[in-house]
Amino acid sequence: MTAIETQAVGTTRTDRAVRRRSPARRKNRIREIVVAVILVPVCLVWIFPFLWLLSASVKSNAQVFGGLNLFTHVVQLGNYVRAWNQAHVGRYFLNTALVTGGSIVITLISVALMGYVLGRYRFRGKRIVAGLLGAAIFLPEGYTIIPIIDLLNKLHLQSSLWGLTLAESGGIQVMMILLFAGYFSQLPRELEEAAIVDGAGFFRVFWQIFLPLTKPVIATCIILQFMHAWNDFLLPLVVTLNKPDLRTLSVGIYSFQGQYFTDYSGMAAASVIGLAPIVILFLVLQRYFVEGIAGAVKQ
Amino acid sequence: MSAVSAVGASRRRVQLWCLAFLLPGLVLGGLFTFYPMVMSWYYSLVQWNGFGSARTFVGLDNYRKLVHDSYFWAAFGRSFLFVVVAVPIRLGLALLVAIVLNNQALKLSKFYRTFFFLPVVTASAIVGIVMTFVLSPFHGPVNQALQHLSAIGSPVDFLGNSHTALWSIMGVEIWKDFGISMIYWLAALQTVPKEYQEAAAVDGANAWQTFRRVTAPILLPFAAIIVVLTANNTLHLFALVQSMTQGGPYYATQVIEVFIYQTGFASENSGGVPQLGYASAAGCLFGLAVMVIALLQLWAVKRANNVRGQLAGAR
Repeated sequence: MTAIETQAVGTTRTDRAVRRRSPARRKNRIREIVVAVILVPVCLVWIFPFLWLLSASVKSNAQVFGGLNLFTHVVQLGNYVRAWNQAHVGRYFLNTALVTGGSIVITLISVALMGYVLGRYRFRGKRIVAGLLGAAIFLPEGYTIIPIIDLLNKLHLQSSLWGLTLAESGGIQVMMILLFAGYFSQLPRELEEAAIVDGAGFFRVFWQIFLPLTKPVIATCIILQFMHAWNDFLLPLVVTLNKPDLRTLSVGIYSFQGQYFTDYSGMAAASVIGLAPIVILFLVLQRYFVEGIAGAVKQ
Repeated sequence: MSAVSAVGASRRRVQLWCLAFLLPGLVLGGLFTFYPMVMSWYYSLVQWNGFGSARTFVGLDNYRKLVHDSYFWAAFGRSFLFVVVAVPIRLGLALLVAIVLNNQALKLSKFYRTFFFLPVVTASAIVGIVMTFVLSPFHGPVNQALQHLSAIGSPVDFLGNSHTALWSIMGVEIWKDFGISMIYWLAALQTVPKEYQEAAAVDGANAWQTFRRVTAPILLPFAAIIVVLTANNTLHLFALVQSMTQGGPYYATQVIEVFIYQTGFASENSGGVPQLGYASAAGCLFGLAVMVIALLQLWAVKRANNVRGQLAGAR
């Protein structure tokens, strides 16, 4: 149950034994074609909103709702310039990047350290910590956004990006801790023994021997936290209600609805800027996204 | 598993190191998980009109008011309507696609998976805004396509009509989070040993029989977890709904989280006064409902382990 399978979900390995037999092979090919005939159009419809958005972001305002043709003769990159400068998307992008980056660092440090001692050591109070983790999942949380804002006000962090960054990384990320604890606990003890003979202390054993071995878990956690912080809406919305300068991309683009509502192509360009980083990251590091999501079922 | 290194280092020092390693996580968790959790219950017992103003303890008054608030119950009902309607559709379709994609011989399976999963990684609030364009009654692409196919005569105001708005959001929600359920099912399907299916094929079972008799029993314990995770996910749709309709038109899409937000923050909907205490009470009641689902989860996991244990014993 605690074993973490690093193997990607749904990997397609063609079974050689099946391939060698010709009737089975033909049956597979027919099946491949039938599935393709059904699923390729479905997939295209599936991502149509994104294709439409991309096309709208390089059209002129008059063309956006002009027809279903996604192609345009003149590519209006000016939409992006307008969104970036006049609509402050540049600023929102920077805010989002700082909050996301900062919260990844903070989260990763706290969950890796916690996972390490929970996975590899017996110490007094371990049960209490385990109980707290359980409570974090199962107790009803109420409407926590109000106390969080109140807390940020008390700590005088309400008018800087620091408050938002801390709040995005705060909150016990139980699944990430369990991922680390499970992975650390599987690593053989012999690894540290040699280092201890050489005089390495507690921290060095963690930092130089064990942590470098957990790269897949680190990658999965970075992706999960990136997805959480980059896409979050309620928290940044409430934190920045009266502070437009601190808005993240989600909140900034949401607030355009009132202000720039007739500039459809500018809005489309802003939306592409907001969606593109995570979509690109997903296409490159798909495995870790899938593992991060699948982890909820496996544990 | 617990490598208490006896070589040299004293137990005491290890104990101190362990606490030091726990510290950052416990401080963060204390501040942003447990403190807010406890305080949200306390705030549900106060009258509090805005962060700058004073709090007055009013006992259970907020709850008493809430029980008679028809807007609250309507919002509550909409959230659970989402669970009852959207969850089965999402899970059924996702299972179907997952079974097709789980076929090892299917070369393009990873390619399809990428497409289906793509909406999941995108920001709900931005996708919601984009969807107001895509579903627009004024030459929006969906209306244009439907008119092109002669499926509809005049454009449909998907999000502006109180009869269609909630169902339209449901459609968008199913589309957006479909990939999560698909990945859940794929993870579960991977635990079905291939030999079982091969043995069934040798015995002459067709695809449906194999699913019914071999795959389904193994999936069942996972299904319980997946249903609960999906239901939980479906109850938290603030970003999508707020960005698409802000709960309108005429409260038609005001799900519980939008109700709470508008009670606490967006003062124009609550008669000009932000009601933080009242919003907290609504949040706590909703939290209790979610906890019931979480307890179901605990029970499901426990049951799943029992079944898995029996399977391991039988092998």
